Amino acid sequence: MQLTINGKVENLDVSTVMDVLKAKDIDPQLVAVEVNTDMIDQENLGVTSLKENDKLEFLFFMGGGA
Amino acid sequence: MSFTEDQITRYSRHILLPEVGGKGQKKLSQAKVFVVGAGGLGCPVAYYLGAAGIGTIGLIDSDVVDLSNLQRQILHHTPDIGRPKAISAKEKIQALNPDVQVNTYEERLTTKNARELISQYDVVIDGVDNFPAKFLINDACYLENKPLVHGGILKFDGRVMTIVPNESACYRCIFKNPPPPGVVPTCQEAGIIGVVAGIIGTIQATEAVKLILKIGQPLTNRLLDFDARTTAFREIRVKRNPSCTLCGPNASITELIDYDEPEACAL
Repeated sequence: MQLTINGKVENLDVSTVMDVLKAKDIDPQLVAVEVNTDMIDQENLGVTSLKENDKLEFLFFMGGGA
Repeated sequence: MSFTEDQITRYSRHILLPEVGGKGQKKLSQAKVFVVGAGGLGCPVAYYLGAAGIGTIGLIDSDVVDLSNLQRQILHHTPDIGRPKAISAKEKIQALNPDVQVNTYEERLTTKNARELISQYDVVIDGVDNFPAKFLINDACYLENKPLVHGGILKFDGRVMTIVPNESACYRCIFKNPPPPGVVPTCQEAGIIGVVAGIIGTIQATEAVKLILKIGQPLTNRLLDFDARTTAFREIRVKRNPSCTLCGPNASITELIDYDEPEACAL
């Protein structure tokens, strides 16, 4: 299906948010996921279904400052 | 309190702005900003806030200046190597602007001192380099009802978000808990383009000035991500998370949590 991931349109054969993380080889511990501006709880990544044209934001931890 | 002739000249480019004027400059001179960390982010933040005539700047940092800091921590100069960062930063700010009162704290922000320190200031700046401290600052600011300007940097990237407690998304609305220790690299491990700290820090300082003057729209409910490789900013809309454990309706966090990770703090 067609998804917008971090602003870029992509076509992926996925059904849940967890599928996208797997397809992109992203460790779910390292990322906060927003689907259409709703934050998805870590425990719900595998049960959150996606639909055509959903907008996903993968927000990675950025801890530096010093 | 009225301004001297020198002060009117010093701040004339502010005072000229209709949104600032003498009244706004007075607000800045009465404001108290707490800058946590006198490093890559804290230096440009505190330098510009000092130049802007912020009345009181609190600087907390337990570190001493290291040669490897000088590529980005612009308040520290080569002769400062080995000296406490808080003191080094204070000297430069006061050389730039003797009007500014700089309170220095040569210690770490902890669950024991965070709320008491933060309660004495109007705006807080996150300029720390580790997750336990970022969560500590977020939680303490929420519990003390103080606006926070969050910042993060790594490699070529930077991020800013302003948090107004009970009005906008907090850091925990996005990131529920700190990542497991060691899985996210630090600048010390992964590197940082020095000037990215300056870009993010100066945006944080801009946000602080706006919050004090109450002008424009704060960077709330928006994460601003910067990528120096492409010189592109991306704004990610965020909103308060109903399941946030700090600021949600069923919040479970009512006191500060000690996610002790001393290794990550030892820059």
